[in-house]
Amino acid sequence: MKVQVNGTARDLADGTSVAAVVSLVGAPDRGVAVALDGAVVPKALWDSTIVPDGGVVEVLTAVQGG
Amino acid sequence: MDDPLIIAGREFRSRLITGTGGAANLSVLERALVASGTELTTVAMRRVDSAGQTGVLELLRRLGIEVLPNTAGCRTSAEAVLTAQLAREALETNWVKLEVVHDEETLLPDPVELLDAAERLVDDGFVVLPYTNDDPVLARKLEDIGCATVMPLGSPIGTGLGIRNPHNIELITSRASVPVVLDAGIGTASDAALAMELGCSAVLLATAVTRAQDPERMGAAMRCAVEGGRLARLAGRIPQRFWAQASSPGL
Repeated sequence: MKVQVNGTARDLADGTSVAAVVSLVGAPDRGVAVALDGAVVPKALWDSTIVPDGGVVEVLTAVQGG
Repeated sequence: MDDPLIIAGREFRSRLITGTGGAANLSVLERALVASGTELTTVAMRRVDSAGQTGVLELLRRLGIEVLPNTAGCRTSAEAVLTAQLAREALETNWVKLEVVHDEETLLPDPVELLDAAERLVDDGFVVLPYTNDDPVLARKLEDIGCATVMPLGSPIGTGLGIRNPHNIELITSRASVPVVLDAGIGTASDAALAMELGCSAVLLATAVTRAQDPERMGAAMRCAVEGGRLARLAGRIPQRFWAQASSPGL
């Protein structure tokens, strides 16, 4: 299936979880949040939330700024 | 003298809130933050990229400085609300410095989007610290909908032009019942002192320190300026006069 991860098109296996996408992008263990199709996915639901075909995933962390 | 800054029931001894943007590297940032005495510091939320962690969170934790996520880069209320919700999830804080800017050239707040985002975030349980124009009416509206502070600009972000409309800042501080934080435009120590003399409760700055030739020394300068300005405000300045008035007794 085709999904957008942090603005990049990716081809992922059907049934890929949010947790799998988080490790795919090499996110650190702490200080990370995920939005799927414009809504926050709480960390407790990363394993059980499956990314749909055409889904848009954003994986964010804190950086220097402001 | 015990004179804490209180925002949403939380006490801070330092009245200087700093940003982390613009520092050449983390070690320069660390020395500047320590010298500034800050207890609350902003970070931005960005996509995780191949470069991995920036280390800024670990640095702030190690220094015992509270993290204040911002919504820098957001142009609409919807973007800012989502960014604040992601920051709450990632950083386990319901505090947010709300920034909704209109365009890249001025980075001035978009008042319509800002007010809408502030209202939605307050409803969602956030402690909202909005970066706003130096507009006394907008400041009043932000306070009325439940923002924890109002944070008017002195001049546009990163310009170092100081406080261009001191009277507006004084109008805002004279009738606000939440802390007023002068946010953006500070260039040097006298700007920070002036903000406090105009009745601001705190100053938020980044570039003036992080891009100074000696960030550590400028961090210390800002600390002293904020303390000096606060003391002067509390002390009550003399009225200005047109003619001289001798301070020594007559002959």
